Amino acid sequence: VSVMSGSFSSSQSSTANARYFDIDEILATDQKMPCEFEQPAIGLGFIDPSSDDKDVPAGAKLELPLWLARSLAIRRRPFVTVELPVAYRKTYREILSADANVVDLHKLGPFFYDVGMKLLEFEHDEREDLSRTLLETFLNRFRRIMDSAQNAFHEDTSAMIEKLDDVERRLFQAGQMGVQQFEVWERMASSKLVTATAVASHRKRKRDQLDL
Amino acid sequence: MFGERALELLRELQRSYDGILPAYNEDGVRQVLEEMRVLFEQNQRDVRATADGQTGLYVGIHLRHASLERNQRCVLAYIHDRMIRIRNLRWDFGSVLPRDLQLCLHEQELQWFNKYSRNLAGYMRSIGGCGLDLTQGTKPPKSLFIEVRCMEDYGEFETEDGTIILLKKNSQHYLRRSHCEHLIRQGILEHLIS
Repeated sequence: VSVMSGSFSSSQSSTANARYFDIDEILATDQKMPCEFEQPAIGLGFIDPSSDDKDVPAGAKLELPLWLARSLAIRRRPFVTVELPVAYRKTYREILSADANVVDLHKLGPFFYDVGMKLLEFEHDEREDLSRTLLETFLNRFRRIMDSAQNAFHEDTSAMIEKLDDVERRLFQAGQMGVQQFEVWERMASSKLVTATAVASHRKRKRDQLDL
Repeated sequence: MFGERALELLRELQRSYDGILPAYNEDGVRQVLEEMRVLFEQNQRDVRATADGQTGLYVGIHLRHASLERNQRCVLAYIHDRMIRIRNLRWDFGSVLPRDLQLCLHEQELQWFNKYSRNLAGYMRSIGGCGLDLTQGTKPPKSLFIEVRCMEDYGEFETEDGTIILLKKNSQHYLRRSHCEHLIRQGILEHLIS
């Protein structure tokens, strides 16, 4: 549950601050967004590698990372307008509503939900549809993810994990962790003292070097 | 695009997620700071030009400012994440880090580690009247003595009551739990349960 509250917290200013150091959030906000300049940007020609102009003219279309697009677009007089990235447009929304389970969200994301939630901050006609798609996609896929996390314990799940978005992966891991810990408890092994994880992997690494 | 070098620092951290610290990327951080210096100076120039009456520079100023804040956030997140990991190292490895891990730390990180270690030791001495070792008893104890097997040739080990035990690889011992918990955490002994 803690995975969920961490990842699905809305981007109100207080929670945004709480995620200031969150590396996943920083990586997610690097997603490229198609933007159109509303005003000419003097002296900024270098941000468009395909042109030699000194300035960016009004109406120029460029891909900007989400963090920058947000800062340029969400203001009273926007410098740029932002279009939805392909994965969130109508075509994909229809595929997702047809059968969300077959879609490879890792390829579309890998921070599909995180970015999707951030897209809701932009002024956009399709905002409501998008928010519904995000919720329904998650609901439809959730059951299968939880199911395999609890049961596919001795099977190869890598093919299935490959198609999961970052949030879903953490959810899956949390589920497996729960099963594992339950099993340990059943064997009454939970009071066993073990080597610290960092120490263990440090030793393993050293052993690798010795073998070389 | 601005902010890309800074993001690379964070990717580097993400790639090594097993609790081991990658070496402090001094060069990477310096490059980000340099990028920030350039951004700042250009903005200062543009702000001055705007004050002198030139128009249309505002988009650029805004963009550079956003990039500055982005870079700042990335570098702070980099340092913060490493700090958390270094703090955890204190609990896993104890107050002395292995040599090769020490080399992964920046000089100031090493100072921070030593200071944290001192603070923690001071705190542990101060509680419970006669002090309490918080790194002991991480799991609820079921018995006073436990069965352990030695994983490597460690040599002689003197317990708190003065008994000297020879820890040889694959030898088994029956020891007081509180005496050997640290050695188990260090991976020298293995806790056997029937």
